[in-house]
This record gives sequence, structure tokens and C-alpha cells, in this order.
Amino acid sequence: MSFQLVVEQLFNGIQLGMMLFLMAVGVTLVFGIMRVINLAHGSMFMLGGYFLAEASTHTHWTVLAFLEATVAIGLIGVVVELVVLRPLYGRSHLDQVLATFGLTLMFNEAVTMIWGREPLFLNVPDALDGSITILPGVQYPIYRLAITAFSIVIGGLLYLLINHTRVGALIRAGSDKREIVQALGVNIGLLYTLVFALGAILAAFAGMLMGPLLSVESGIGDPVLIMTLVVVVIGGMGSIRGALAGALIVGVFDTLSRVLLPMLFGGDASAALVGMAVYILMAAVLLVSRQGIFGAARG
Amino acid sequence: MSHHTRIIFYLALIALAACVPALGDVFYTRLATQIAIYGMVAMSVDLLVGYTGLLTFGQAGFFGIGAYVTGILSTHGLHSAFLVWPAAILVTMLVALVIGALALRTRGFQFIMVTLAFAQMIYYFWLSQRSLGGENGFSIPKRNVVFGFLNMEDHTTFYYVVLVLLVLVAIFSLRLVNSQFGMVIRGIRDNERRVFAIGFPAFRYKLAMFCIAGGIAGLAGALMANHTSHVGTDMMSWQQSGNFLAMVILGSSGTLIGPILGAAVFTVFQQVVSDMSSHWLFYFGLLIVLRILLFKGSLFRFLSAAVPAGQETTAGGGVLIDAPRPAGLETE
Amino acid sequence: MSDPLLSVRGLCKRFGAIVATDNLHLDVARGEMHALIGPNGAGKTTLIGQLTGEIRPNDGTIHFDGSDITALSVDARARLGLARSFQISSVFDTFTAEGNVALSVQARQTHSFKFWTPAASIARLRQPARRKLSAVGLAGRDGTVAADLAHGEHRQLELAMALATEPRMLLLDEPMAGLGIHESKAMTALLQSLKSQFTILLIEHDMDVVFSLADLISVLVGGRIIASGTPDEIRANADVRYAYLGEDSEEFLATEGGHASH
Repeated sequence: MSFQLVVEQLFNGIQLGMMLFLMAVGVTLVFGIMRVINLAHGSMFMLGGYFLAEASTHTHWTVLAFLEATVAIGLIGVVVELVVLRPLYGRSHLDQVLATFGLTLMFNEAVTMIWGREPLFLNVPDALDGSITILPGVQYPIYRLAITAFSIVIGGLLYLLINHTRVGALIRAGSDKREIVQALGVNIGLLYTLVFALGAILAAFAGMLMGPLLSVESGIGDPVLIMTLVVVVIGGMGSIRGALAGALIVGVFDTLSRVLLPMLFGGDASAALVGMAVYILMAAVLLVSRQGIFGAARG
Repeated sequence: MSHHTRIIFYLALIALAACVPALGDVFYTRLATQIAIYGMVAMSVDLLVGYTGLLTFGQAGFFGIGAYVTGILSTHGLHSAFLVWPAAILVTMLVALVIGALALRTRGFQFIMVTLAFAQMIYYFWLSQRSLGGENGFSIPKRNVVFGFLNMEDHTTFYYVVLVLLVLVAIFSLRLVNSQFGMVIRGIRDNERRVFAIGFPAFRYKLAMFCIAGGIAGLAGALMANHTSHVGTDMMSWQQSGNFLAMVILGSSGTLIGPILGAAVFTVFQQVVSDMSSHWLFYFGLLIVLRILLFKGSLFRFLSAAVPAGQETTAGGGVLIDAPRPAGLETE
Repeated sequence: MSDPLLSVRGLCKRFGAIVATDNLHLDVARGEMHALIGPNGAGKTTLIGQLTGEIRPNDGTIHFDGSDITALSVDARARLGLARSFQISSVFDTFTAEGNVALSVQARQTHSFKFWTPAASIARLRQPARRKLSAVGLAGRDGTVAADLAHGEHRQLELAMALATEPRMLLLDEPMAGLGIHESKAMTALLQSLKSQFTILLIEHDMDVVFSLADLISVLVGGRIIASGTPDEIRANADVRYAYLGEDSEEFLATEGGHASH
């Protein structure tokens, strides 16, 4: 087990963690504020990749394609919130889960109806191609560093938004004291739409950034969604700090286990353990703390 | 709907189901077999969702375990249904015990995610077993044998066996939800805080129900393995868990028999639409979304499983949001 | 003089910087109707939560019939005989009134892992349920689904459910809440009849009921008991009057010198 391998996998783990963080923020915000379970979140991840791929065919400028895709996702987010999610506020968990599950099915098929069943491929932008030496004797892909850095920046912006802006204050208040926010004359509906669109965009970012590393195909967001749910369980629902902590823990744990377990065990046993590792971690966290690490003691 | 009307309704359904092979084409018999098996799983989901207030997104995991146990025993030359099916149920219930003990520590949204996650764990476990075919699974050479004189390879015979089991499970489930155990369970669904306050240690009852429902799903899995003569990981995908939930809501939760009808709707819809378009899942998703957005309550209210003395009814239709949890000293 | 049935010593509960329960001592003697009054925000909800087991105290002990129940769960305490009724009616909406009470009766059994016989057909459960419903004045409403009951009937059902568990002590949380004049009279009469049968800790805002029924009154202010005594003693207590100034002082002063007007 070489130093190079450990450092490389550690960085991969952090990178995965930051991607999961972008996903988890959307889930935790939407549930924390609107009390809605949104299983269609994985679809936003998938659509991010698809829209970027599509936008990239129209323009050479990566940044422009990125912006176009972002706007498109934002619009989709707004429409989904208004048409499907809004009628679901206050309804049972079963209704919410199934409606958003139905949406996921629709999105998964819709992309094949538009783009066919063959996976699309996104290329790493030329400027970010190749590797650099991050530590003596350790090479690491620039692209992975870039997306990790990008998501850290997004995380920082998010922190500023939530903690230092009026909108952020409304978001924090809206999650605890919906009635007061409404009484203040704030258009709560608009707030909800914005929050949902924000979550969708963040998920789409993750999809766009991971696009060149994974492929862009139907259903790609589903395992990511499930991993995100594990992150939220571990980190605690309703907490952005929890989302970050959970995401990094899951990201690093999953990545390292995929490398270490086959070294410790062989064959079928390790393959089984690798797939199960994150869930075993989740089970362990649940044994210790029902709410997750930063979870608030609420339903 | 009075008790007697309901009995007549059920008998009519059974009679209708029994007549399917008379249509002549074995295609319909096989379709009805699938409906019956899915109906059994959907019932198990309803026991949790509609009667206990536990929204599980992981029942497909237990469905799959039942199937794989059947398949594995088959590869070891064990074909007697009296051995294999109880084994499938038992193994599934044991797994449900372990998973339930952990998952039931959570509530609401968390519980949904945790059951989904554990089902994924089961999925990945079987997926990784290359000796069992990984994603593609493996085939089962012959169906389990119930009695020597019954040729289980004959689809009609197999269908009737499945139908009998479905009816037995349905009777058991209907008795269960009206029994003293069932009252505690429904109390938990209505108001778990009050259940504690009158002196019930609610956790063990939820766990018991979780295991019972898991066992039923395991039996259904064993039957499915027999039906298709094949075992694969797609049986326990999370989409499959979602499908089972969809069957419950298409047939109305909290009615037990409604979900069987929901399974019929699902199966027929799948057959009809996939003939017309390769994107049937899109329309299925649309069906679910429309069902939820357009119909707020229960479609089949009249199917509510009432106590024989007619003294209690279940509201059916939609799971109540979890009651606030006592932030205290539950020792379990 | 026998030891108290319920004995609370040094109970403390903090929520961050807020001290909701501040070194609280309370005794409820056997057979006593002990009322707990206090202005809003005094910490009644937190106290009830700790007595029933829903909230874990930071400090202090609770003894019930000699045993330390401080660490016991909600359901364990209920099984020991400490029953409560809720301030906001908390019943089983899809069950009939009789079904609600029958489930409470059922809770007394060792266990309910009985899977076959319909619960509605078990006379051993239904008859006591009907009797309790009758006792609280809901005879004839047995078969009504709880969700369809009127508010006052919910309060009666609340009581019936608490009674059905054959408790040794009743913890009644504002049973008069939201009742109209006639319903209040009926409830008062009911509470009067229960007085001789059970030890009762009554949390109430309705001063008429409190001063006419209670053997002993304790006043909860700021998380501690500032006074405890007979109705006459409490009426004359200067600290108590001060605590209520600005609250319902009119109502409080009106109860001076005998029973309040009805």
C-alpha cells in the first residue's frame, strides 16, 4: 500500500464527499424548510449532465454551456416545485415519496426519449486536462482538484448566503417558524420555489462536474441519490453542517473501503463488503445516535 | 360496507381469479400468477404502511431474499416446498429482525431512507456474489414440489397453488389487523404517543409487524422465483420497492385487499403500455403522479377491513404523518 | 401517616440557558386530590413531561409508591399505575370510543401478542370499556368513531382512557380545557366522583374547580413550587397573589372567602 495510493484515494474521497455535499444540501434544505421528501433529487443530478452535454454541442465555451445548463435546470426546478411539489406540502409522507418517485421514473425515461438510450460523454475541459504533482511523488488529475475546489467555493458561498443575507435568514427562519415568516409578509411560496430551485441547481452542478468522470445516462442519479440519503441520515437531517460532515465521512469511507477491503479480504467477500460498507457505517451511526451526528431532535 | 357484503365481495374476487385459466391462453394464467404474487408483497407493504404507519421503501429487499434462498436451496438439490418456503420465510424474518431493530430507531423521513438504504445493502450483497451470477442471477431448473401428485411445472396448477397461498395470507392478515396485536399496531399508526401513555412498549410491536411483513414478502419472493424459474437482483432494486408502494397507493392503503387490486393495475398497465411504447415507465410514473395529485383520499374506501362485529373501521387512504415522538426514556 | 404516593425531589430541567424546572419538590399523598396551579410559562408542561417520562430531567428523583421511577420509560410508568390524560385530546382517531377505551384496558395485559381473535369480540376487553365510557358520561357513544366526537366528548374520552388502565394515580392535564358551561359542570361532578377512588394530581387553570375540589394546592412559578397548602392557605398567601398579579388576578381574588360563583 503505497503513499501515492493513500493520498490519491484520500483526495478522491474528499472529492466524492464534496459532490455528495452539493446533493445533500438540496435534500436537507427542502426537507428542513418545506418538510417534503424529494426522491426526484437524483434526477436533477442526471439532468445536469444531460443539459451540459446538450449545451456543449451548441457552444465551445465551457462556461457558457455551464451557465445555459444551470438556467435550464433552474427553470425545471421552478416548474417541478410549482406543479408537483406545492400540492404535496402538508400531505402524507407516502404521497410525497411516491409522487417524487413517479417523477424520477418519468425523468429517467424522458431522457431516453429525447437523447436515446446510449450514454452521452462529456469531456474534461482542455484547460483542466492532465495531472499535476500535488505532493512529492504523487500525481493527481487537475480536473478532480478543480471540481473539489469549485464545490468548496460553492459551499462557502452557501454559508455566506445562509448566514449573512436576508434571504438566508428567511431560509433559516422558514425552517423553524413558518408562520412567523408568513406573518412578516414574506411570500412564503416564492421562498419555497427559490429554495427548491437552489437545491436542484446544486444537484445539477454535482451532475455536471461528475459528468466527465461518470457517464451521462438514464438512472445515473439514482445511486447518487441513495448515497445522499445515507449522508443525510449519518449527518443529521436539517443541518447543513451535518450535510458537510456526513458527506465527507461517507465520501472518504466509501472510497477508502473500495481500495482497502479487497486488500484485506479476497474475492466475493470483499466485493460484498465494499458494496455494503457505507450502509454498515450508517447502521453503526444509528446505533449510537438516532438523529445522526448533527441531527435536530425533530420528526 | 357491512361484514357480509364484504365477504361476498371477497368470494367473488376469488371466484373471478379462479376462472382465469378458463380463458384458455396460458398467457393470462401466468399474468394472473404474477398479479397474485405481487399482490402478496403489496399486502405486506400495506400492513406496514397502511396499518402501522411505517413507510418502508425496502420491502423489495425481503422479496429478493426469499427468492435467493429458494434459488440457492434449489442448486443444492432441495426442492420440497415444505422445506424451501418455510426456509425462505424464516431467513427473511431473521434479516427483518436485525434490520428492523436498527431501522425502527428512526422515524418518519429517516425511516424511509434507512429502509431504502438497507434494501440497497441487500441488493449490493447479492449483486456482488459472482458465483450466483451477479446482476444476471441464475436459473432454477425446476419448481418446488408441494405434493407429489401436483405437477408444479404446469402453469395452471402452479397458479392455483399461488392463489391458495394468497388467500391464506390474506385471511391471516385480515385476522391480524383486527386482533389485539392489530389494535396496538393501529393505535401506533393513529397516535404512537398515546400508545406509550397507556402502557404499551410500542417498539416490540412495530418490530414484530416488521418481521411478519418481511416474512410474507419472503414467501412471495420464493413464489416468484418459482414462477419465473429465475432469480436476479432486479427483483430487489429500489425501483421495485417503489413499485410495491405504488401498488399500495393505486389500490388504496389501509385496505389489504386494495393493494392486490393495485398489483393488478400495475401488471395490466405494464403489459398494455409496454406493448404500445418502449417507454412504459414514463407513463407509469405519470400514472402515479396523477393518482396522487388528483385523488387525495382512498379510492377503495369500501374495502376497509372492518372488525366482524362492525365496531371499528380503518380510515384507509394515505398514511398519517407520524405523531410527535416522546422525547424521552423509551428503553428499547 | 403513610408515605406519599408520588414524591419528587430536586427536579431540574434545563433547555440550554432556560431553566424550566428549578430544584422542584412535590409530594402527593395517597388518596389526595392535589392541584397544581401556576401562571402560563411556569413550567407545567415540562414538569408533566418529566413526571410521565417523556422528558428526562437533568437532576433530581421521582419516586412512585416507594420505587424510583426517574429512569423509567413512559410505558413502564403507565404499567406501574401512573396514568395521565392529555391537555390536548390525544386519542385514536380511527377507533370508536369503545375501541379507544378497550385498547387502554388491553394495555393492562402482560402482552398483546395475540394475532387471531378479533379484539372487538373479546368481552373481557369490551365490557370494562363500556363501563368506563358510562362512568364518564359517554354511554351511547360507544360506537362513534373518535374523530367524529365533539370536543367535550373528547375530553371525556381522554379521562375514560386514563381510567381504563386501572391506575393508582391519575395525572390530569387541564381536563376542563375548552369546555362549555354544561360540560364543565359535568366534568366537575365527574372529578368529584373520582376523588374518593384515586390519588389525583390535577393541573388546572379553572380556579373554581381547583378551589372547590382540591385537598391540597401547590403553586408552580418559574419552575419551582413557591407555595403548597390547603385552599384557604393558598388564598391567603401573599406570594401567590403576587405571582398572579397581572395574570388572572381578578379571577383569583374572586375566589376569596368561600366557593366561587358558578
